[in-house]
This record gives sequence, structure tokens and C-alpha cells, in this order.
Amino acid sequence: MFDGLDAVTLARAQFAFTMSFHIVFPAFSIGLASYLAVLEARWLITGREVFLNLFNYWLKIFAIGFGMGVVSGIVMSYQFGTNWSVFADRTGPVIGPLMAYEVLTAFFLEAGFLGVMLFGLNRVGLKLHFFATLMVAIGTLISAFWILSANSWMQTPQGYAVNAEGQFVAADWLKVIFNPSFPYRLVHMVLAAYLTTALVVGAVGAFHLLRDQHLAGPRVMFSMAMWMATLVAPIQILAGDQHGLNTLEYQPAKIMGMEGHYQSHPDGAPLILFGVPDQKAGEVKYALEIPRMGSLILKHSPYAPMAGLDTVPRENWPPVPITFWSFRIMVGMGFLMFGLGLFSLWCRWRGTLFQSRLLHVFAMLMGPAGFIAVLAGWITTETGRQPFTVYGVLRTAESASPLAAPAVGSSLLAFVIVYFIVYAAGLTYLLRLMAQPPHPGEAGPPKDVPARAAGITPAVEGIAR
Amino acid sequence: MSGAIDLATIWAFIIAFAVFVYVVMDGFDLGLGILFPLFPAKADRDIIMNSVAPVWDGNETWLVLGGGGMMAAFPLAYAVLMPALYAPLIAMLIGLIFRGVAFEFRWRAQGERNRWDLAFAGGSWLAALAQGIALGAILQGIHVEGRHYAGGWWDWLTPFSILTGVSLVVGYALLGATWLVLKTEGLLRERAYHLCWYLLFAMLAAIGTVSIATPFLHIQYAQRWFTWPNVVLTAPVPIAVAAVAVALLRALANKQDSQPFYLVLALFALSYAGLGISMYPYIVPQSITIWQAAAPQNSQLFMIVGVAILIPLILGYTAWAYWVFRGKVRPGHGYH
Repeated sequence: MFDGLDAVTLARAQFAFTMSFHIVFPAFSIGLASYLAVLEARWLITGREVFLNLFNYWLKIFAIGFGMGVVSGIVMSYQFGTNWSVFADRTGPVIGPLMAYEVLTAFFLEAGFLGVMLFGLNRVGLKLHFFATLMVAIGTLISAFWILSANSWMQTPQGYAVNAEGQFVAADWLKVIFNPSFPYRLVHMVLAAYLTTALVVGAVGAFHLLRDQHLAGPRVMFSMAMWMATLVAPIQILAGDQHGLNTLEYQPAKIMGMEGHYQSHPDGAPLILFGVPDQKAGEVKYALEIPRMGSLILKHSPYAPMAGLDTVPRENWPPVPITFWSFRIMVGMGFLMFGLGLFSLWCRWRGTLFQSRLLHVFAMLMGPAGFIAVLAGWITTETGRQPFTVYGVLRTAESASPLAAPAVGSSLLAFVIVYFIVYAAGLTYLLRLMAQPPHPGEAGPPKDVPARAAGITPAVEGIAR
Repeated sequence: MSGAIDLATIWAFIIAFAVFVYVVMDGFDLGLGILFPLFPAKADRDIIMNSVAPVWDGNETWLVLGGGGMMAAFPLAYAVLMPALYAPLIAMLIGLIFRGVAFEFRWRAQGERNRWDLAFAGGSWLAALAQGIALGAILQGIHVEGRHYAGGWWDWLTPFSILTGVSLVVGYALLGATWLVLKTEGLLRERAYHLCWYLLFAMLAAIGTVSIATPFLHIQYAQRWFTWPNVVLTAPVPIAVAAVAVALLRALANKQDSQPFYLVLALFALSYAGLGISMYPYIVPQSITIWQAAAPQNSQLFMIVGVAILIPLILGYTAWAYWVFRGKVRPGHGYH
């Protein structure tokens, strides 16, 4: 089934596949951990039971999502060595420490306090429990900090030298960590995670409001989620624009790929809205474009000259059709989120936030939009920096392990089968939980069956003794 | 240059420490999965799962530190070992996926015997066996050319690696059984006691067989263990193993609660020290030393600052989490 594919292509397919399945969970966990901390804080401050119910409701969903993120993440941390050993050997001295710091400052923090957060409310008291929730939330953000720093260094490497063994070594750790694209990528990704979670929370709230407008829990979560969309979607669009300008400065070929600019435009580049990029011919066919708009957005002047891929050697071109389309999908999702935020604000002002069926249907349909945007955004940035793993310095083709194609093909097939089984089940369980509305006296994550069905407890105890 | 030498040695101990903590901590919860088929009743299985549910995630994080730390501190070793162990590592990862998701999924599926119980047991077996095989494959030596692994993708599979694979399954099962003695009550605890006897003898046999087989792999291993004056340093290891084994037998005969678990930890520590004696100073046996594999000094220095501050902190809050969930796990009033 993998005939004719070389080991590098298969290794790339495996990395892309396992990464795509992994990234959606951290994106969800980062936002949800913060949301849980906010819910618990509001419960502790106001004492209103609806916040505790919502906390327990989303905590069960968090537990499943977090577990799936952890196991798919362990795969990622080993894949650098199993499939990209040359990359690991050469970049290990620089990005290895960043990832080690991620483990030390974030993964342990999350894992250490997760048990108390999930099962410890009645064991440690309210304040310590809230502290545990906060630590988990902070852990997810610290994790984002380090892993995005490592990724950004690969995109915009700075502060390094190369030693006699051909390894990258850090000349200045601050320049390595705070490399040029890192602040933009960090802001863009954390906002994306918050939006992704808000859209899921909003969709679940909308789903239950469509059945019953008077449910307290769904009203609270829907309102909170819509505030998030209203406030953060426009900020995200601005952050994305700034990220794009940074990319234009440091990775111009990626912007050419995103914009479909095969040709240079000495007196103002158009904005190509849609079209069919033809990599072989080096042109975008059937392009629908707005003249000079590209220069206006990227250079803030309609007549500013813009170079195209015709100034870049062909062997350094990114795969434009993928980069071009994934970018459009991400931007499209972003504007839909912005639209949802505005629409909800309008309904809120009119007093129909909990009554407008149109808004609820719109919010429900937008439930997966964050995940789609996150995936499309990562595909844009990761294909756009091809054919390099360390931008401009280390080529992808030179980074792979000396493995035979059948070995990589077999592992890829195994991951595909396993992930489809595990993720299909996980998605089913998540949707099943979300299909139930949060109700008064909502229980936390299950500990054992007797706790949920108290009637059979004595019998079970009898068996155990 | 002496500074660099010291730093590489310190890092070798840090990575070895991380891997050891992983082995014993995930060891007992993998052991529970290995023993799962022997406890078919759902009520027992619920208790077994609950005895590790709040801590398993932290236990597994040490594996990420071992792997990630090695990439950072010894990138060359990481780059050589990972492709050499390709199949066992992929199998381990897949095993860990199945058993990891089972912690949440099994509460979500209906039915008395649900398939996530099977995933938990099967995943634990697969992960433990694969880890043991990987260990054997490292010990028996890896074909290196230049800075690359130069062997085939079935090199790891030998009778010796199968032996170490099975041995680790036995060892984890014993750790798991003593953990159950520590954390449970009643019939479940009685059955765990009973299993401890069989598993202890199996583990002692495994330690003996691996110890006898190892010197035959390479003349260097034999010289390390049996030549004068090394013997002065190496002989105490088997003697200590025998002493711990006797103490364990007595602890089991006296039906001690927590002693068996800690004594099995000591058995693991001694076996691990034995491995260290065989391997040092190689990180890829007989081809790459820790100094050859070491990352540049400024990478190791940059991280050691964090390690010095953060590892004690991590050990502190991990101990706190274990303390919060201390004591026997009881049905119905386990965690609330």
C-alpha cells in the first residue's frame, strides 16, 4: 500500500498525521483549563451552585480530552528520535533544552495537580483544590510557551552557531527562546486555543438552549462563550495580521505561498481571493483578485513592490496549493467567528441572547470551527516553511532517520488504525457527555460505580472483604 | 575540559535517575494492567484502577523527561538509539495509548466486561514487554557507523531481548502486586499476597538468568564484573540482591503491608545499579560514551540550572499528591 513512497515521505506523513490528531487536544485543554479555573473562581466568590455544576460538567470532558492529549503527546516526544534522528542529533543541543524545560516546568505541574483537580475536591479543601486547578491551567500555558518557542526557533532560527560535528549550538539563549516569530506565534496560538474552547462551550450551550431556553447552566455557559467570541475574535484577527507581517519579514517565501504570489509585482501586488495554484506552471489559474490589495495589507501601501516565488530557487518553494488553501480556510473560519461574536452582541443588546434560534443554530454549527482553524493554521505555517525543518539551514530531506520505507510504512499504518479506534471512541464519549445538559448536583469525574449508584455499595463492599 | 567531563557524568546520572523513577513509578501501574486478567471481577478492577487513577499521569511524565532529557543532554545517543529501537518503541507508544485512554474510557463504556479493560491489560503488557526488549537490545549492542544507526530494523529481536522483555513484565507484575497489598483490603489483598510469592520467585529467576546471560554478550561486561579489583565493587550487588530477597520472603511470610512494595523497589534499584555497572561509561554500549554523546557544555549548563531547582520541587508536589491519596482504596468511598 506504500509502494513507490520513500521513507522520508512516509515519515512526513506519519508526523503530519500524529501531529494533527495531537494538536487539537492541547488546543482544547489550554482553553478549557483556563475556563475551569474561571468557573471555580466564580463559584468560590459568588457561591452560586450553577458554577460548580458547570465546573463538574466540563471537568469530566476535560479529563477525557487531557488523557487523549497526553498519550498522543508522548508519541510526539519520541518521534523526533525514531523518525527524525538526524534532526534530533543536529538540533538537540538547541531545541532539546527548550523541550526539557517544557517537561520540567509544565508537564509535571499539570500531571502533579491533575489528580487533585479531578478527584481531590473533598480531600484537600476548597482553597487547595482551586490552587490545583490554577496550577493545571498555568501548566498548559507554560507548555504552550516552551513548545511554541521551540517551533518558532525552527521557523526563525536566531542566536545559534554550528559546531564541528554539524550540530546547532546556542550562542545566546535569550535570542534562541525569544526568536523573532515566537511572541507572535505564542499570542496567536493561545488566543486560538481560547477561541476554540469558547466555540465548543458555546455550541454545547446553544444545543441545550435550542431544547430548553430556561436551563440555568446552558444560559451561563452560552453567555460566557459568546463574550469570549465577541471580544477575542477581533483581537485574533489583528494578532494574525501582525504575525503575517512578521512572517513577511523573516519567511517571505511562506507569504508568497499563502498569497499565491508566484510572480513578482514591482508596482503593487493584488490580493488573490480564490484560484487554483498550479505548482508546475508556477501560476494561479482562474484567480479572482483585488488589484493592489495584497500590497496594501502586507506593506500598508497599494503601490509597494512585492517579490514573488520567481525570485526564489524552485527547490526552495513551499507546496503552494496546500499553503494557499489552508490559509484561506483559517482566515475564513476567523471571520465567521468574528461574525458570530457580532451577531451575539446584537442579540445580547436586543435581549434575545437566549431566545434567538438563528443565533443558537449558528453557534452550534461553529462548534468545530476552532479546531478547523487551528489545523488549517498549523498546516499553513508548517507547509509554508518547507522544504526546511530549520528554516533556510537544515532541509527536511536531510533530517530523517536512516530507516527503510517498509518500517516507516508499517508504523504509519499502525498509528492510523490505532488512532481511528481510540479517537472514534473518545469522540463518541465526549459527544455523549455534551449531549446531556449540566444539571443541579452535577457529579465530578467518576471514581467508581458505587459512588454513582449508591444503592449497590454494600454488596460491592461485601465482595471486596 | 574536565568541567565538561563532570557535567556529562552529572547528566548521565540525571537521565539515569529520570529513567529509574519512570521504571518504578509507571512500573507499578503497568504491573496492575499486567495483573488485570487475574482479577476478572468488575468491583476489583474498579478498585485497582482507582488506586492509581490520580497519579498515573505524573508517573508517565518521567518517561517524557527521560526521552526529552536525552535528546537535550545526549542528542547523539538519542539519535542512534531511537531508530535502532524503532519497532519496540512504536509498540510501546501504542501500548501506552491504549492503556492511558482506558483510565477515562472504561467509565464511559457500558457493560460488565468492557473492551477498555482489555485495552488496559493489553496495552500494559505490550508497553512492558517492549520496554524490556528495548533494554535487552541496548545491552546486546547496536551497530553504529559515524553518527548514525547502521543496523537493520529487526536487529533488536534476539533471544536475549525476549528474555529481558519477559523479565520486565514479571518485575512490573511483582511491583503491581505489592502495590495492591499496600493499597487494598480483604479478599483482593489476599489474592495479591498469593501472587507475590509466585512473582517473586519468577523475578529472582529472571534476575539470575539475565545476570548470567549478560557477561556472555560482550567480553567487556565479563571483565567489568569479574576482574580484580572490580570485584570489590561489583560483588556487593548480588549479595545485596540476596539479602533483599530474604527480607522480602520474610515480609511476605509475616504479611507486612507496605514493606513488600518498598523491598521490591530496592530489588529494582539493585538490578538497575547492576545495569549501570555493566554499561558505564557507555550510553550506547561498546560504541558511544557519555562524553562522545554529550551536548555542548552550554546546553547542559543551561538545563542543569532548571533541573537543580525544578526536580526537588517536582518531587515535592508529587509526594504531596501521593499523600493526598494515601491509605487504602475502598469501594464507594474511594475519592470523595
